[in-house]
Amino acid sequence: MGSRQHVAMTGNEAVAHAMRQINPDVVAAYPITPQTDIVQFFSQFVADGMVKTEFVTVESEHSAMSATIGAAASGARAMTATSSQGLALMWEMLHIASGYRLPIVMPVVNRTLSGPINIHCDHSDTMGALTTGWIQLYSESAQEAYDNMIQAVRIAEHPDVQLPVMVCQDGFITSHGIESLEVLSDEEVAQFVGEYKPVYSVLDVDNPVTVGPLVLPDYLFEMKFQQAKAMEASRRVILEVGKEYARLTGREYGFLEGYKLEDAERVIVVLSSTAGTTRAVVDELRRKGEKVGLLKPRVIRPFPANELREALSQATAVAILDRAETFSTQGGPLFCEIRAAFYDAPTRPLMRNYIFGLGGRDVGTAQIESVFADLAADLARGSVKTPVSYLDVRE
Amino acid sequence: MATLRELSRIPEVLAPGHRMCAGCGAPIVVRQVLKAAHGPVVVANATGCLEVSTTIYPFTSWQSPWIHTAFESAAASLSGVEAAYRSLKRQGKISQDIKFIAFGGDGGTYDIGLQSLSGALERGHKMVYVCYDNGAYMNTGIQRSSATPKGAETTTSPVGKVQPGKRGSRKDLTKIVVAHNIPYAAQVSPAHWNDLYAKAEKAFSADGPAFLNVIAPCPRGWRYDSSDTIELCRLAVDTCFWALYEVENGKIRVTYKPREKKPLVEFLKRQGRFNHLFKPGNESLLEELQQEVDRQWEALLAQSE
Repeated sequence: MGSRQHVAMTGNEAVAHAMRQINPDVVAAYPITPQTDIVQFFSQFVADGMVKTEFVTVESEHSAMSATIGAAASGARAMTATSSQGLALMWEMLHIASGYRLPIVMPVVNRTLSGPINIHCDHSDTMGALTTGWIQLYSESAQEAYDNMIQAVRIAEHPDVQLPVMVCQDGFITSHGIESLEVLSDEEVAQFVGEYKPVYSVLDVDNPVTVGPLVLPDYLFEMKFQQAKAMEASRRVILEVGKEYARLTGREYGFLEGYKLEDAERVIVVLSSTAGTTRAVVDELRRKGEKVGLLKPRVIRPFPANELREALSQATAVAILDRAETFSTQGGPLFCEIRAAFYDAPTRPLMRNYIFGLGGRDVGTAQIESVFADLAADLARGSVKTPVSYLDVRE
Repeated sequence: MATLRELSRIPEVLAPGHRMCAGCGAPIVVRQVLKAAHGPVVVANATGCLEVSTTIYPFTSWQSPWIHTAFESAAASLSGVEAAYRSLKRQGKISQDIKFIAFGGDGGTYDIGLQSLSGALERGHKMVYVCYDNGAYMNTGIQRSSATPKGAETTTSPVGKVQPGKRGSRKDLTKIVVAHNIPYAAQVSPAHWNDLYAKAEKAFSADGPAFLNVIAPCPRGWRYDSSDTIELCRLAVDTCFWALYEVENGKIRVTYKPREKKPLVEFLKRQGRFNHLFKPGNESLLEELQQEVDRQWEALLAQSE
């Protein structure tokens, strides 16, 4: 497409559209609900000759990631897409992709993990992958999923980073909901992502490299240290790419997005689509004069501890909503990490955790209002009564 | 027909100095097969003895590009490499002709890697997959695989009071591969190096996926003197335990018929893993193993064109 357009697309369609515009050299993918649309849309782009991509229709997600790793190690810009069980099946290969420092971009449409089987949204799939060495970006809307995809390429491929990136959106809620969004022209995207210049390639037969050797205790630790340094370096790159993207689109992305935080006493921290619901409740309560706000993290790996502390410095009571259960009995993954981030803070707000929306349990404004009400009660009491609770569950 | 002198002049891809055991069949297989590549190759390796013993960081024995990802993923990862090659070549970013080859042991091929191999064969990637079959998980310490012959003793099919080694017959992987209707598949043995070389050449020149199943004795796992590796390869063929044949575009051809088919026990008695079969009381098992070899050999001859 020659110009920017406002279009109506589902989240999946927006991501597939971004992939077409990024025009990767190789895509290896496998169908899984609710990601399947992405693969289907992309298959059509391939069938219509709209991309230069070699499309590998693998027989499993394990092979999807294995083939994507092979392609990326060959100096190709390579992608795949998945959800839930597919991400779980890739688990072994996720570590190999990041450990080999391959800048793979993978949209993940969040869906709960079996069992029992359920195809609907929660974040147990990607929250389970927090330790795999991938950068994780979360998207509230189709627009954000689209924008994150394009930025992810630049973040992943930056010479100081060279790490894979997951671009997450909520299954069905975002992936299948039709929204109005602005898409860039093909030329703008091509220019923004630029040509991929790999450092090494297994196709360079004149300069042979051994990729994936056996590394023993004398060197492996240093490699993991370098990987951690790369994750640290990605902080700067994420912000730089976000600013450059803002110059192009007017939409700036950082680590998090605050809404009416300046004087907010009570704040809800939540990822992805539920941030939209929370924003509506914040507006409603603000109209009644209540000092409430929303904090929506966009980046979870690397974890934006300083930025979170800064953004919540005015808050006196904070509720962290986790759409995943870790069964630690001490709260969800986001809660534990944010609480830890406040350990050294001079002042700490009251902080509580809700596990919510598992297996696609709908979260409406009434549930969000009840969370703000609970925070008000905590403030009146001066303490948190229940640090970890389950939102809208039948006990 | 190449001569040994000619073959010895072809530069090696696998450099000496690797840490495979003396007498190991796998590096012999690798060197013999790669003689037939005639040009640059990219090698993929499943996790296993060959992988760990040739790439101990910061050293490598591989003078070609080489990639290892995981145990079950050699065929899938090489699919990605080959797809990248096609994409970049179409875009004019690569001009050279490159061949693609994967090496996996029987554990990484018959067992955990079977799915990714099947997927790669069905998709039609132009690659050669070589299974070096030593009939057990030797890298982890001689555990049984689905390639372990019936009756063989391994650390997970030990001989005990109620169990005479591995129960059940080995999987016929070559036939499973043939069922994918790929252009070329063959069984080879390093003892018959000219047969192996000719088949490897056919595999590299096939217009699509090709598969070589190669018997690769393991002195540790089979329990024999490491100087007898090639002799065991020859006995496996001469007893028809390991038939040399090829399937080219659906046509089956036995490429070597022993002038005198030797009794299976001549292959078995040379290996410590079958010692228990020669103790009194196991005669019927030996007889059963012989009958199975006979049955498979006759069936193969009947199919051969």
